[in-house]
Amino acid sequence: MAAVTILETKGLHREFGGLTAVDRVDFTMTQGEVHALIGPNGAGKSTFVGMVSGRIWASGGRVIFDGQDITARPAHARIRMGMAYTFQITAIYARLSLFENIALALGERSRPRVQEALDHVGLTERMDEIAGDLSYGHQRLLEIAMGVAQAPRLLILDEPTQGLAESEIEGFNALIRRLAGETSILLIEHNMNVVMALADRITVLDTGRILATGAPDEIHADPHVQEAYLGTG
Amino acid sequence: MKVLGLHLGLLALLAVLGMILPAYHQGNLSRIMVLATYAVGYNVMFGYTGLLSLGHAMFFGAGMYGLGLAMQHGGVGAVPAFGIGLVSAAVLSAVVAVLALRTIGVAFMIVTLMFSQAAFLSALYFGEWTRGDEGFVLAQQIRRVGEVDLSNPVTRYYAALLLFSVALLLTMRMTQVRFGHVLVAVRENEERTRMLGYSVWSHKFWAVVISGTISGAAGAAYALLFGYVGASFVSVPYSIFPLLWVLLGGAGTTIGPFVGTLFMFYLIDYLSGLTTAYMLVVGIVLVLLTLFARAGLMGEIRKRWVPWLP
Repeated sequence: MAAVTILETKGLHREFGGLTAVDRVDFTMTQGEVHALIGPNGAGKSTFVGMVSGRIWASGGRVIFDGQDITARPAHARIRMGMAYTFQITAIYARLSLFENIALALGERSRPRVQEALDHVGLTERMDEIAGDLSYGHQRLLEIAMGVAQAPRLLILDEPTQGLAESEIEGFNALIRRLAGETSILLIEHNMNVVMALADRITVLDTGRILATGAPDEIHADPHVQEAYLGTG
Repeated sequence: MKVLGLHLGLLALLAVLGMILPAYHQGNLSRIMVLATYAVGYNVMFGYTGLLSLGHAMFFGAGMYGLGLAMQHGGVGAVPAFGIGLVSAAVLSAVVAVLALRTIGVAFMIVTLMFSQAAFLSALYFGEWTRGDEGFVLAQQIRRVGEVDLSNPVTRYYAALLLFSVALLLTMRMTQVRFGHVLVAVRENEERTRMLGYSVWSHKFWAVVISGTISGAAGAAYALLFGYVGASFVSVPYSIFPLLWVLLGGAGTTIGPFVGTLFMFYLIDYLSGLTTAYMLVVGIVLVLLTLFARAGLMGEIRKRWVPWLP
């Protein structure tokens, strides 16, 4: 398979007042892969995807998406190019209906299309309810549905399964498998079962640097990674 | 359909009231419709976009002085002068938007307040033309469009209704198109909206310009219909009034600004006949509203009974 690169960063760097959060990271992701980003708290994962999506400006380095240098583009322009982003802390429109939430993500107010998007996460029945009335887990699923509704080429998920029940995680895994292949997915995830079940490749970040990149079994066997993060279990 | 029906119904009711009301109330309602237009403009920014401005009097004043000075000193006719008023307000709101939107929250409120104070002081400073606090009267014979005398109570009423209709239908339409939906999205969750691919800044910018221009149209109409231009209309209370009217009527509802203005106008009208301490009662009413009807009159009606209210 001729691998097409969807996302590339070159020397991507971010300092917060002398503290280096992301340290000159070179990273590539091929079209259609599910790429998990793991690492201990404070490793710079969220800062890294923040710079990819444009929420956080880079102190240095470049971001190349779909062959174009997007380093200088604002977040909303990057999203319009075909990225979608779900927040680590759930970010939905809590006072609006599920319909409104999805319609804003779609950019059109078509009930069948909203329904289709909600079908992915099993919330179709609740289309006219207020999003803030949903349980925490359902709110996270709504946010994921909003990301999927945008039909992105690159979907960035920041700890999507945090707060989901076991059964909901099953559903989430199934959804990601359905999307994989067409959509490239960059996944920050702490739940190693989810990572092992979904990821084609894994990148381990530690203190802002890439510790290792590879297939799940390679990462699992890597002694440096075990020492830094996975434990010996 | 029922949304359009409701709005046209309200306008039709106002048209009929113009024919049957006694002169005193007809005059009041003319003034209320012009001030409600100001509130409609304020609501675009505050109610729909979530931007709290404490300086809207500068936009009202830009319209008022734009028209007033052009007519008084430039000898310009009423219609082109109204255009000058609109353009003044649009340009001022664009400039204020570019500068003030660099801030958010409390800082935004203070920046708008300061700009408005600068506008107020300018009106005093150029007293040679504006006659400052004292203001100036637009003579009856220049307040006309062709053969139509705008100082006549009946034509004045229908001119005010025309102005209010345009503003009301414009905001009603806004709630139905994508631009309006995105404004609400910005109000509800700015970061989420940005990360859905919408330019938050440009939506806020246009909200300020539309809001400022509608407010300016109200200011220009006020000068034209009631024949007076004065610096008190650019002072702090005139920045606070539209906020109170909108809060009272229901922020983020299309009809709320009118309901709030009507309610407050008649409340003050009634109370000032009873006591000189009428502002105290007004204050108590406002406190009660914020305690028990936080969404305002139309907002509460929407919440409880009529969920489709725009």
